Amino acid sequence: MSRDGQGRGHWFDDEAGPVVRPYAMTRGRTTSAGQHRLDLIAVVVAESRADDSEADQALSPEHVDIVGLCRDAPQSVAELAAELDLPVGVIRVLIGDLVDEELVHVSRPVPPAELVDESILRDVISGLRAL
Amino acid sequence: MIFGRSERGKPPVEPVTLKILVAGGFGVGKTTLVGAVSEIRPLRTEELLTEAGRPVDDTSGVEGKHTTTVAMDFGRITLRDDLVLYLFGTPGQERFWFMWDELSEGSLGAVVLADTRRLEDCFAALDYFERRSIPFVVGVNCFEGAARYPVETVRQALDLDQDVPLMLCDARDRSSVKEVLIEVVQHAMAYGAKRRQSVTS
Repeated sequence: MSRDGQGRGHWFDDEAGPVVRPYAMTRGRTTSAGQHRLDLIAVVVAESRADDSEADQALSPEHVDIVGLCRDAPQSVAELAAELDLPVGVIRVLIGDLVDEELVHVSRPVPPAELVDESILRDVISGLRAL
Repeated sequence: MIFGRSERGKPPVEPVTLKILVAGGFGVGKTTLVGAVSEIRPLRTEELLTEAGRPVDDTSGVEGKHTTTVAMDFGRITLRDDLVLYLFGTPGQERFWFMWDELSEGSLGAVVLADTRRLEDCFAALDYFERRSIPFVVGVNCFEGAARYPVETVRQALDLDQDVPLMLCDARDRSSVKEVLIEVVQHAMAYGAKRRQSVTS
């Protein structure tokens, strides 16, 4: 982290300690440019070129982990956060990077208000009954 | 460097995902309910409270705490390859309501769990969903040792609308929880139909 331009004062104090650490993985970013907030149940899907992501030097281990999990099966944002034990905010930024790199794409959940076709809800009910 | 875009095997199924929230006071059995039907052990995801740009960043009362994370428990029910239902337990503490906003956005509906020994603990959740027009059902978790009250008595005590389903349940029991979730979806369907009607008429 550069000390340039920080002036004399400290821009963080001890209280900030545990907060800074996870966001070090995002190089301090708390949002991802051009990305809407990803819903917790938005599904992250690996692109086929992601098979070679281990070779990509620009990716952090956390990026590689996300791609790896999504390659096995599409994963929701919440599952990725829980699986990798990272705060949701951090996961969102990392997913944003991977979308920019075209290693994954995100399919957003359909808002229930737009589920004009009620057959999905009927399927949910029969699915629950069959559990 | 150009990587081939050829498909290896079948493209993965991208499931339609839906979420139902589970709300209620602290210790009312939210995580138990999620665990009773989830195919995975309830997972825990955390969000940092002091994320930049939060409209609500009221940390009063937590100044002495070093890690101010909000934990949410959630579970998953795969209904079909292409249809997955997630259950999210909302953070019990009222100061984390900003998390509720995020959770409730796009949710199908909610379960408000109530304990007859501490009914007032669920008032905040009832208010929240009522004000945001999110369809919800009230599940009265029948704890051992708690007096059983008739459904109508509880309904009156909660001052619930007649439209809102209220049922007795056991958060530990899979089939009981299934019934509650089915009720949420049915209520959401009826609620949606009613809203569309009032818009068009």
